[in-house]
This record gives sequence, C-alpha cells and structure tokens, in this order.
Amino acid sequence: MSGAGHAHLRELNDAVLQVRDLEVTFGSGRAPRVQAVSGVSFDIARGETLGIVGESGCGKSTTGRAIMQMPPATAGSVLFEGDDLGAMSPSELRLARTRVQMIFQDPISSLNPRRRVRDSVAEPLDIWSRGTPAERRQVVDDILADVGIDPERAAVARPHEFSGGQCQRISIARALVLSPTLLICDEPVSALDVSVQAQVLNLLEDLKARYSLTMMFIAHDLAVVKNISDRVAVMYLGRLCEIAPSRELYAHPAHHYTRVLLDSIPVPDPEVIAVGHELVGDLPSPVDPPSGCRFHTRCPAADDQCRTEEPVMRAVGEDHYVACHHPLVTSVAIST
Amino acid sequence: MSQTQASLRGGPEPLVSVRGLRTLFATERGLVRAVDGVDLNIHKGRSLGIVGESGCGKTVLSRSIMGLLPSTAHREGSVRYKGQELVGKSVGSMRRFWGQEMSMVFQNPMVSLNPVMRIGEQIAEPLRIHLGMSRSDARDTALQLLEEVRIPEPKRRLRQYAHELSGGMRQRVVIAIALSCGPAILFADEPTTALDVTVQSQILDLIAERRQDRNMAVVLVTHDLGVVAGHTDEIAVMYAGKIVERAPTNELFANVKMPYTRSLLRSIPRLDDDPHTRLHAISGRPPDLIDPPSGCRFAPRCAYAREKCHVEAPPLQPTENPDHVYACWYPVGSAEFVEREEELVATGVHVRGRQ
Amino acid sequence: MTAARRGLGFGFWLSISWLIVISLAAIFAPWLPLKDPGENYIVAGARPPYGPSSTHWLGTDQDARDVFARTIFGARTSLVIGFGAISFGIILGGTLGVLSGYFRGWTDRIASIVMLILLSFPGLILAILITALLDRGLATIAITLGILGVAPVGRLARASTLVFAERDFVTAARAIGSSNRRIIVRELLPNVVIPMAALSLLGMAIAIVAEGGLAFLGLSVDEGVTWGKLILLGAGTRDLERAPWISFGPISMLFLTVLALNYAGDRLRDYFDVKDITL
Repeated sequence: MSGAGHAHLRELNDAVLQVRDLEVTFGSGRAPRVQAVSGVSFDIARGETLGIVGESGCGKSTTGRAIMQMPPATAGSVLFEGDDLGAMSPSELRLARTRVQMIFQDPISSLNPRRRVRDSVAEPLDIWSRGTPAERRQVVDDILADVGIDPERAAVARPHEFSGGQCQRISIARALVLSPTLLICDEPVSALDVSVQAQVLNLLEDLKARYSLTMMFIAHDLAVVKNISDRVAVMYLGRLCEIAPSRELYAHPAHHYTRVLLDSIPVPDPEVIAVGHELVGDLPSPVDPPSGCRFHTRCPAADDQCRTEEPVMRAVGEDHYVACHHPLVTSVAIST
Repeated sequence: MSQTQASLRGGPEPLVSVRGLRTLFATERGLVRAVDGVDLNIHKGRSLGIVGESGCGKTVLSRSIMGLLPSTAHREGSVRYKGQELVGKSVGSMRRFWGQEMSMVFQNPMVSLNPVMRIGEQIAEPLRIHLGMSRSDARDTALQLLEEVRIPEPKRRLRQYAHELSGGMRQRVVIAIALSCGPAILFADEPTTALDVTVQSQILDLIAERRQDRNMAVVLVTHDLGVVAGHTDEIAVMYAGKIVERAPTNELFANVKMPYTRSLLRSIPRLDDDPHTRLHAISGRPPDLIDPPSGCRFAPRCAYAREKCHVEAPPLQPTENPDHVYACWYPVGSAEFVEREEELVATGVHVRGRQ
Repeated sequence: MTAARRGLGFGFWLSISWLIVISLAAIFAPWLPLKDPGENYIVAGARPPYGPSSTHWLGTDQDARDVFARTIFGARTSLVIGFGAISFGIILGGTLGVLSGYFRGWTDRIASIVMLILLSFPGLILAILITALLDRGLATIAITLGILGVAPVGRLARASTLVFAERDFVTAARAIGSSNRRIIVRELLPNVVIPMAALSLLGMAIAIVAEGGLAFLGLSVDEGVTWGKLILLGAGTRDLERAPWISFGPISMLFLTVLALNYAGDRLRDYFDVKDITL
C-alpha cells in the first residue's frame, strides 16, 4: 500500500484541494518517531464531498489537520485553489484559513465554555471586521436560524446549556459564517446519538447545497461516510488503500482491508448473517509499521510480494483505484 | 399489568427477575428518575440486549440490577436473583455476588485495568479473594483464562502491564477478569464502543462464544442496534427510564411496533442505501428525567402522537406473540398510524422506502 | 452522579462580606471613630495593660495603647502586604505560566527552569537575604513574599493553560484566523483566570500568615504595625498570661481573615470545577 502512486489523481481544471505526497511525522529527539501519514495524495473537485475512512491510527484526522496546517505536514504539498498552503507566510496563511474551515469530533469542547454561544459564532466576523456591526449581527442570526438554533437563546446561553447535537450545530454555524469554500469535518457525528447524528448529517447535506460547499468528511463509520460522500478513500496505517465513488466502493471493494471493514460493520438486521472473516490480530503499532504492504500482517491473501514490495495505486474500474498486489477486483469496466 | 406478567412468565424460571425497579438520584436540581418502573427477566444461557440512546437509563439499569450504584442513588422495587431479593442488601453482603455471581465489563478498557499491576496479578486477584485459590493455582487458571479469550502468547502477557497491550487485547483481559470466577451473568456495558470496528466484531463474537460454552446469561447494553441485531436473543428498548418495547430479536426487527423503535431503526444510515439518502431524523431531544412529561414520554417528539398520548401513559401490551410487548396507543400498523403515515407522505416529509 | 452544590453557598458570601468589611475598615481607618493607635491612654492610678471595657473594646497593651485601634491599623499593612504579594505573584507567575503553557518549546523550558530554581530556594533564607541587603520597607516585604509565590502560581497557570490549549475550541480559534495574542487573551485567559482567582485568595492568606512569621523573626516592616508585629508584641511579654487580650485582637483578626480567604478560595475552585466537569 503506497500513497507514492499518483495514478488516482485526476486532471481537474477546478480542483479545490490537491494533496501530494503528504507526510506527517511526530516525535523528535529521543521520543520514538511516528509517521502518522506516509505519502498520501488525493484531490477534491469543486462541490464534491470526499469521505476518508479508516480505523484508529490510520492517519485520517492527522491528514485533515495537516491540510489546515495545524500542525503543518513534515513533507508533501497542499494546494488549495492553486495556492500552496505550506509555503505561505503566517499572515497569508491566516487569511487563507478563512476559506477552509473545520468542525471537530467533540461538540462541547469545540466551543469556549466561558463565552456565550452567539459570540462564539460571531467571532470570525469580528476578527476579520467584515461589514458593519449591524450587518454582522444579521449574518450571525441568519446562520443560527439556518442550523436550527434560536438566535435569542444563543445570545444569552453558554455551551453547557445546550445538548451535544446543538453544540455541533453551533460549531457548524461558526465554521460557515465566513462563507468558506472547503469544509473539513473531523468525525463530527461520532460522539452523537444515532437520532441526533441523522439530524446533523441531513443538516450538512442541506448546508452544502445552500452554501455551495466542498467537503472532506473524515469518519470511522462506513455507513455514515457512504451516506454523505460522493467519493470515498480508505486509509490504513498512514497510507491510502483504495479510492472510488461511494456506490462503487461499497458494491465492489477491491482492497482486502476494505472488504474486512465492510464485513465487520454490525448491521441492524438479524437476517444478515455475519460473514466470518479471517482477519487476525490487532492493528500494528504505527511506530514500527510492517514492511511492504502495511496490511500484509493481517491479510488473508498476503504473499512474499506483499511482504517486500509496496503496492502502487492502479485502476480497477471507472475512477476506482486500489493499491494492492492482489485486488479482489481486476481492471474491467464495471457497470454499477 | 397482568399482561406483562404473562409475557414475562414464558420459559423456565428466570435467573434474575426485576419488578417495578426504580432508581432515583438526588441532585441539586431535584430527583432524577433515571430508571422509572422496569420489569425484566434474565434467563440462564440467553443473551438480552438493552438498547437506547444516551440518557435513557440503560447503564443505570444494568448497574441497578447489579447493585453497583453510588450512595446518592436510591432503589425501589424488586430484583430477585435465584430467588433472593437484592434490593435492600448492604454493600457488604452484595460483595459476594459481585465477581462470583454477576460480573460487568465496561466501556473503556483503557481505564478499567489497573495501570500499575501486571495483567496476571489482576486476573488472579478475584480468584484468590473470592475462590481462595493459592498463588500457583490462580496463576494457572489465569493462563487458562487468557487462552479462553484468545490472547496470543498468553504466558508472555501475564507478566505485561496494561499499557503494553492494544485496546482490543485489553478488553479481552477485562473479559477474562470478569469471567474468572464463573459468574452466572455477564453484564457488558457498551463493551465495544471505544474499539475499532474490526476489533468490535471479534470481541462480540468472543462474548457470544463464552456465553455458549459456560451457559452464562449475557446482558448487552448498547446504543448500537447493529450490535444487538447479531448478538442477542431478546432486545429491550429503553426511552426516558422506561422500557418501551421488548421482543425476541428477530421478531423486533421484523415486526416493530413502537414508533420510537421504528424511527431509531430508520435514522441509522445503511450500507446498502444509496449515497445522499435522506435519513429519518427524530426531532427534538430526550426529556428531562427530573420532570418527565405526563402521558407517553416519547409523545412530544413522535410524529404519530395524538391527544391521548400526551395525557395517558400507555402500558406494555403484548402483540399476538406474547413475548413481544410494546407501550404505545397507536402502534405501527394500527389504523391511526397508517392514517398519519399517509398524511406525512402527502405533505412531503421524507419517508424512507424500507420497512 | 453526586449532588452539585447550589451556587457558591452562604459560607462563601459570608467570607466575602467579612473580607469586604475588614478591607473597608482598613482603608478608612484614619477617618473611623477609633482611638489613636499610638497614644498611651494611661489612667491615673491603674497600671496598664487594661482589660476590655466600653472605652477600649479589646483592652490595651502594656503601654496603654488601644488594641482594637492598633489591630485595625495593622490590617492596613497586613492586607496591603498580602494583596501586593499575590498580585506580584500572579502578574509575574501567571504571565510566565500562560506563555510557557501556550508556546511550549524553548519558552517553556526556560520558564520551567526559572520556576524550579524559585521553588528550590528556601523561602526563609531568601527573605532574610533580601531584607538584609535592601531595606525593610512595605514594598520590599511584599515583593519578597511575591517572589515566593511566582512558582506555585506559575505552575498552576501553566497546567491550566496546557489543559485548555489542547481543547478543540482553541484549534477552532486558530482555524478562523485568530492571532496568538487574541487566542491567549480571549480564549485562554477567561478560562485560566478561574483557578487562578481561587489560588489568589489562598495565596493572600498564605502571604499574610507568612508576614506574621517574618515578624516573629524580626524581619517584618520597620514602619507601622502589622498583625504579625502586634502578636509578637503581645507574646513577648510576661503580661500575656494575665492579659491575653493584648494578642487576642490581632490573632483573631488574622485567623478570621485567613479563614475567610481560604474558604472563599476553596468554594470558588469547587464551584467552577463542578461546572467544568458537567461540560
């Protein structure tokens, strides 16, 4: 599995995001060095939602934050609407950040506990002095109404007076108040109950249309990711395994890891008999990743080639790429 | 409530029978009615799932049955284990039940294990305290237990500390400790929520296997309907401190009666849905447990509620299948329900095709 | 689920009331209808110290000076020392702590070494050194005690900053374009200030008691009276056995004030801890 392949990158004349060979390494000096992201590349077209899915330690959240340069990647490039975010000066970056916004996993810690919620949402406008105070107030009230929060209540209440779902809506409102181009969502519904999760997912779809957003949706729940994404990328231990349009990935998974992920999901339907999978052992530590294909230690189809040679991305279908020496699906034009 | 009694009777004498259980917490804002009148049976060798969203009282319920509550909690009602009444027993007398008769596995294995004690010692501890085993006997049994929970290289693991193991392995150790004294009931409170999805199914399969081998009762508490679908014999759905529907697993999914359960099922994104399928969302939030609404507690959020629902709380009634009970005046499939469903579809409220 | 306390409690407000009363009394002492603290109210025919009476509420000392008046005037100095010391500690220690907690790296390393040195240095020796080398004025004493407070306050500020700086709302602030200065002032300080406020009340109590200790060693201020000096004046005489009221005034004043500060500080910390947890 190697992100070192670029076969899956598209020729887009209006790409919002182009990530090339991204690497993020933690630890310096005597602390063990962990390469959380090892050579990941992908692009996102305007108006598209890219879902990034994987388990803990796969580097998906780190990738999201590296795009925001918080902290910046240790190697590779991030081109946002053609501008290299990594090469910018601090003041240029601050300005660029207004066009890329992020929402986080824990809704309540995403908001300053001592500040009234409406002030938190208005903060971005205050920082950039957009418009007159009256205009700003109007923008904030409109956005709060859009996400389903009463502006009057928001003006006096603090985060702990709201539920998790409501706090997440408030965070979304804050992210949208500057009318960003790209919205990065880092596990935004993982901490929410199922019924609240549905509310927030529906909301994100509505807002995406209304605010013409491009989205990157990071999550570990495959069903959630499929619901909201146009295209889905699967990551394992810092590398990209497979990328394909949503329907295609779920209908014809090519990578063994993707197959295992799909089989592991508990389906709320007792008629569905759980497929036994031959996955052995636990996730290897990212400090000392396996050689060759990183998945070979747990893959039922691993052979010598997998142990020594890193696979490179290649096409197995229409816009469907996989980094595997023995993919489950071979390159044939497959109709959905 | 004779109908509920009838439904609860079916089958051999239950291991645990819960009647009218209430658990109240004293807080500065008032009395929180976390569990408000629950009737349940737990049968030997069978798996019961307790399902609900956060705040519904499912965790408090499992702890109430075990008696593992803080001093600010107050229990009413009856919990009979093998004929013995547990409510009212002191902590001292409950101690001989904990670990030996009933065990619990908690959500986060990172904090369930003692970070400064070796794994072997932690597993051996209950064996020596409860069963009075000698050090060497306990060590041998601990090794057997690690093998039973399928930990690779068990001999080496005995001498390791918790932080040297991965999340999945830690949870296996926690399960080994819980099983060590051969309890008759295992409570598993969100045992896989903190784990990766590929590890989740391994742990759930492990619990199921152990249940069969030891003919143990398992109570699986979770918010995840997918988890209970594949791993339980019977499911009880909780909302606002009460059980609102209870049925054998297959029956529940095939023939859901309570609109809340149905809404819950429909708000879960499914793998076989198309991308961008509109999800069914339940508006509003769960009610305040200090001052719950009169009538049916779900009524304020229920799209199918009528006047009676806001006034009078529906009792648990059986369907044609006496093991399936639900609490609703206008359940799924009733005339009023169908009528309202048609109205909703006509007005454009998105309704998913399935079920 | 434990019962959270309703509000800050009666005890808290009682403590605050006492502190306000004693502070006002100290500030307006020269204008209050008190006896002159320096004057000797000798009554012909009776040898001082005089016991408590309607003229002298807390009696007089062995030089017939009114204890009550001297205690109130003593409050002026003691409270100023307490307040000055903790202010110095908070401004210096707090700044060091917040900056090192936020910026980490070299800033943190240097600040930590400074704080370590300050912590390791025996406070008493430092006090003796400074007072020997410089004068024993009010400012010097207050600053000396303040220096001793820099490290504990600094460590608390640093720990508190570390906790809040890694919360998502700080990352979010950076994402919307907040500058470092803005993040520190608008996001971190409002949160960090709460445990610091609780600590400052406790710190003031410690400073006041410390001054008492210095007075006992003869190291307190040259000019004026403090509670420490008053207690010492009473304790050092043979008269204390038969005239305990000489020290009683300043002792009880000190005790009540320190108790009020400690209690209020504790309540403040508990109250905000609880709120944080429920988040």
